[in-house]
Amino acid sequence: MDRVGIIGVGMTKFGERWKKGLRDLIAEAGLKTIQDANITGDKIDAIYGGSMSAGRFVGQEHIGAVIADSMGLNPIPSSRVEAACASGGLALREAYLSIKGGEYNVVVAGGVEKMTDSCTEEASLTLGGAGDQEWEVFNGATFPGLYALIARRHMHEYGTTEEQMAEVSVKNHANAAKNPLAQFQFEVSREQVMKSPKVADPLKLLDCSPITDGAAATVLASEEVAKEYCDDPVWIDASAQATDSLAVHDRKSITGLNAAKVATEKVFKKSSYDRSEIDLAEVHDCFSIAELCALEDMGFVKKGEAGKAMEEGRFNLNAELPINTSGGLKGCGHPVGATGIKQAIEITKQLRGEAGKRQVDEAEVGLTHNVGGSGATAILHILSGGR
Amino acid sequence: MTHRKALPGIWRRFPERYRLEGNKCKNCGEHFFPPRIICPNCRRDGKLEGHEMSKEGEIYSYTIIRSAPVGFEDQTPYVLAIIELKEGTKVTAQITDVDPEEMEIGMEVEEVLRKISEDGKKGKINYGYKFVPKS
Repeated sequence: MDRVGIIGVGMTKFGERWKKGLRDLIAEAGLKTIQDANITGDKIDAIYGGSMSAGRFVGQEHIGAVIADSMGLNPIPSSRVEAACASGGLALREAYLSIKGGEYNVVVAGGVEKMTDSCTEEASLTLGGAGDQEWEVFNGATFPGLYALIARRHMHEYGTTEEQMAEVSVKNHANAAKNPLAQFQFEVSREQVMKSPKVADPLKLLDCSPITDGAAATVLASEEVAKEYCDDPVWIDASAQATDSLAVHDRKSITGLNAAKVATEKVFKKSSYDRSEIDLAEVHDCFSIAELCALEDMGFVKKGEAGKAMEEGRFNLNAELPINTSGGLKGCGHPVGATGIKQAIEITKQLRGEAGKRQVDEAEVGLTHNVGGSGATAILHILSGGR
Repeated sequence: MTHRKALPGIWRRFPERYRLEGNKCKNCGEHFFPPRIICPNCRRDGKLEGHEMSKEGEIYSYTIIRSAPVGFEDQTPYVLAIIELKEGTKVTAQITDVDPEEMEIGMEVEEVLRKISEDGKKGKINYGYKFVPKS
């Protein structure tokens, strides 16, 4: 069957973009990606945009129409998709499926979140909506709190330490320092992470991804069109998605995310590559513990050994398996609806050899791992360059 | 707090929040809290019947919330935990009347009915289950 290629990528700088509103961010990322694809608007068949909660962050719903309208692309069909923090990954997947199914040839997959127009308390309340409102949040759970419950149990069962979790943030900040579009372009030390204020024990402020404004977009095309417009398309080799209980307490085990495990099995079954051929990955580090769980869930390390491997530096830039070269959610920032698309953009830039100071040598195959909420949705993609 | 709700959104859940009313599937034997409408194991073959959950359990995992959500500011810091009830079903709730530093996984706890949060000074008061160390 025909492949689907990424022929254009573009994203805004992530951060506290006080001068930019929702539409400004969409238009900025949209223009960049269409320029990068070197395509004209009349060639685009459809748009899929991920947004977790524009309605609560800025009071605007009907985001599909907002996206097409902001980009001057009316009357192209434009749909918003939502899977909490995996909304971007879902937009990519829906766009991929729409081409794979033969309906469209050229589709824009994007994501956006304008979070800083809400006050922090309001934004936290909105993010809580990704968990279980009636049976977690009602009783006083916060999002860091839910991941703290996962972290505490992981420490109990496998001896994972707070220092090992801190190393995730240290690594991701070091990568973000090399990314001109990242929110936090500076390094932090293990001591700084350990001494940062506690948010929900054992998680501290520097274990947590921030509140961020940003948008990101890609142009996807069928194989024939991709080759027409682009000398070096990056191919979406495989896409997979899985679901789990909304509440953390409803899971048999909470030291990993079952949806991510299932999606991993599926994505490798569909892919022409196996795990050992993955050169780098962008994984969902909304909290430091989440990156350790991700590495274990995807089988890159044995269960319970991610903390130790992180401490040994095995996932650093240009180590054996670089993880989150963009800086991840922690360092690059986490505009929830845009994150899944940013992950695909980072892998695309790496595979094209355009990642600048954070370029991984001989990167040919990359993976993205995007999680919604505390693990109720997981979406994985494998991307490949060249062959 | 949850988003401010009209009263039916609160009293609809009195059986679960005040009495821990869940259910069990007679086909597979698994207990559910909150009660499930369909057994996820047996689906259409499931036979669900009401079951009031045991009021005792042990700490499965816990955290100390220091940055509280709206409606919980007065209680900070507070302990939030996943409790595994006798039936093996897990619930998320606050642990109260405890020194946070003395929390540990495996600690035995029992259920109490307490005020959970207030919707501001003039809004309704939300009640529900919390747990305390077993006496």
